[in-house]
Amino acid sequence: MAAKAARDLSNVASVIELKSVNKWFGQFHVLSDINLDVKEGEKIVICGPSGSGKSTLIRCINRLEEHQAGDIIVDGVTLSNDVKNIEAIRREVGMVFQSFNLFPHLTILDNLTLAPIWVKKMPKKEAEEVAMSLLNRVRIPEQALKYPGQLSGGQQQRVAIARALCMRPKIMLFDEPTSALDPEMVKEVLDVMVELAGEGMTMMVVTHEMGFARAVADRVIFMDRGEIVEQNEPEAFFANPQNERTKLFLGQILHH
Amino acid sequence: MSDDALPSGERRQLAPPIDDTGALGWMRRNLFSSWANGITTVVLVVAAGWILSGFLEWALFTATFTAATGTECRGGGACWALIREKWRYIFFGSFPYEQHWRPFFAVIAMLAMLVTSADRRMWNWRLLVIWGVGSFITFLLMFGQIHIPLSLFLTIALVVGGFGMSLRKAIAEAGEMNAYRVLAAIGLVGLVLRIAGVLPAWSLAIAPLSYVETSLWGGIPVTIILATYGLAFAFPYGVLLALGRRSNLPLIKGLCVGFIELIRGVPLISLLIMASVMLPLFLPSGTTIDKFLRAQVAVILFAGAYIAEVIRGGLQSLPKGQFEAADAMGLSYPQKTLLIILPQALRVVIPPLINTFIGFFKDTSLVLIIGIFDFLNTANQALVDPNWAGFPAEVYLFAAFVYFIFCYSMSRYSKYLEVELNKGTRR
Repeated sequence: MAAKAARDLSNVASVIELKSVNKWFGQFHVLSDINLDVKEGEKIVICGPSGSGKSTLIRCINRLEEHQAGDIIVDGVTLSNDVKNIEAIRREVGMVFQSFNLFPHLTILDNLTLAPIWVKKMPKKEAEEVAMSLLNRVRIPEQALKYPGQLSGGQQQRVAIARALCMRPKIMLFDEPTSALDPEMVKEVLDVMVELAGEGMTMMVVTHEMGFARAVADRVIFMDRGEIVEQNEPEAFFANPQNERTKLFLGQILHH
Repeated sequence: MSDDALPSGERRQLAPPIDDTGALGWMRRNLFSSWANGITTVVLVVAAGWILSGFLEWALFTATFTAATGTECRGGGACWALIREKWRYIFFGSFPYEQHWRPFFAVIAMLAMLVTSADRRMWNWRLLVIWGVGSFITFLLMFGQIHIPLSLFLTIALVVGGFGMSLRKAIAEAGEMNAYRVLAAIGLVGLVLRIAGVLPAWSLAIAPLSYVETSLWGGIPVTIILATYGLAFAFPYGVLLALGRRSNLPLIKGLCVGFIELIRGVPLISLLIMASVMLPLFLPSGTTIDKFLRAQVAVILFAGAYIAEVIRGGLQSLPKGQFEAADAMGLSYPQKTLLIILPQALRVVIPPLINTFIGFFKDTSLVLIIGIFDFLNTANQALVDPNWAGFPAEVYLFAAFVYFIFCYSMSRYSKYLEVELNKGTRR
C-alpha cells in the first residue's frame, strides 16, 4: 500500500451529509448527535471499540437502520420513509458486509447480474458483460459459474465487492469487510479496496485495518459510545491523537 | 521407499486403510460383533421369518385367486378373488361402468401431468402449459362436457396481462409488454361490459362425451383430484399466508395469524361438515355449489394453513444478512421475496413440506364423512356386497398398498428434490 499525498477536498461537493443524527436501540443511545460531511471521492475510515455505533452509522446511510432524529442527505436526496426515496438511494450506494451475504442459491455470475437486471433494467447480456469485467477486476473471473459455497472467504468477499460495484454506485460502504476472514485472505480483499480507492470512489469503511487507513483514508474517524470523538487525517490521527479515549483505543489495537 | 528419499518438504500421501471387505466381514462387524449382538440377531431373524412365513402362507400359498362368490373363498387363506371381482368399483366408484375408460385415462393424464412437472427443467412457463392441458384433459374426461363461460376467458386475459405487465416489466421487450397491455385491457373492459350486461352470457361448449356429474365420481380419480388440486392451490396460498404472517402491516399480519390459528384449531372433519352442511344454509336459496367443489375448497383452506406454518419455518431459518443484502441492492419487496427469499426458504423446507403433502394425500379420505367416494371409501363400499362379506383384511391391505405406492413415490421425490436443488450450493 503506497502512501498517498494529502488532498485538499474543501472545494468538492458533499455526497453524504449527516446533520445531528440520533438513534436509540430501546433505551440505548447508539448514535448521539452525529454531524458528518463526506465529500465526493473522499475515503473515510471509521474505527472504534465494539458497540460504539460505527456499523449502525453507515447502516443508517442506506436505511438498513432507521435514524430517529436529524437529517441524512445522500446525493441530494433526504432519507425519509418514502420507499421510492429509499430505493433510489440504495441504487447509488453499494454495501459490503462483514459476512459477505452472497446469495447461496445463485451462481457468482447471477449474484452479480441480479440487481442490474431487476433494479436497473439492464439487458441480461450487457449485465453479464459488466459482471465479467468486474470479476476480472477482482481477479476471479474463473469462478463465475460456481456457487458462493465453493469459494474461499476472501474470494467471496471480493465477489461481494464486485456485486456492489455492478450497480455503478457513487458511494461504497464497507462494514468490517475483513473481520470475518482468515488472516491470509485479508490482503487480497484490502488490495481490491485500495485499487478501488485509487479510482476515485467515495468510500466509508468501518475497519480496524490501520495499515489500510494510513494508505488510503483522507480522514479517520474515531467513535465511542455513539459519538464522533475525534477525526483527523491519518498521519496526525495516529501520530498525535488528542482525546484520551482515542489514545487508549489506539494503544490497545496497535501495541501488543 | 522411505520418506527421506522424497524431496525435502514433501510427504508421501498415504492410502486410507483397507476396508473389511466382503459380505462375511460386513456381517461379522455389524451383526455378530459380540455374543449379545449375535443372539439378538438370531432371535430377530427367527421372529421375522416366523411372521413373514405366516403372512406368505395366508397371502399366497393358501390364498384363493379366482372364485365366483365369497362362499367359494373359504380356503382359510386370503380371498384375492374379491379384489379381482371388485377392482373396477374400488378404482372408479359409481362412474358409469361402460365408461370406466374415462376415469382411467383421466388418472393417466393427471399422473403424466404430475410426473412431468416434477422435473426441475419444467419449472418455468412450461409448467403452466402442462397444468393447463393436463387439467383440461382430466376434467373433460371426468365431466364429459365442459362449458367455458365468456367471463372466464376475460378473467384469464386480465390475469395473464396483469401479471405479465408487473412481473415481466424488468426484462420484457416493448412488443411483449404491449401484448400484455392489450390482453389486460381486453379482459378488464370485457369483464366490465359482461357485468353491466352489455355482453351476452355466451359460453364455449366442448361436449364430446356424455355428462357425468361429480356425485357419480369415485375411487382413485377423486382421491388424486382432491389431493392434487388441493395442494396445488394450497401451496401458493400457504406461501402468501406465511409472508403475510411476517408482514409489518398489522392488518395483514392479524388476518393471516387469525386465519392460520382458526383453521389449525379445528379438525378437518368439522371443516368438511361446515362446507357441506352449513355453507348451503348461508347461501341465498336457489344457488348451489357443487359438493365436490366445496370439499375441494375446504381441503385447500385447511392445507394452506399447515403449509403456511411449514414455510414460515423456512423463512425464519434464513440469516438476516440475506434480507439486508437484497435491501441494500435496492430490490423491491416482491423482487426480494421472489428472487432471494422464497427460493432459499423453500429449499430448506422440502422435507417437512413433502411430509405435509403426504399427510394431506391420506387425509383426503376424510371426505367420506360428507359422502364423497374417494378411494378408501369405495374400497370400504366394496365390502358391503353380501355375496362377498367377510374379507375386510384383503380390501384394506389392497387399499393400503395403493396409498403406499403414492406416498412412497412422494417421499422418493422429496429426496431427489433435496439433492437436485442443493447441487453445487454446498461446499
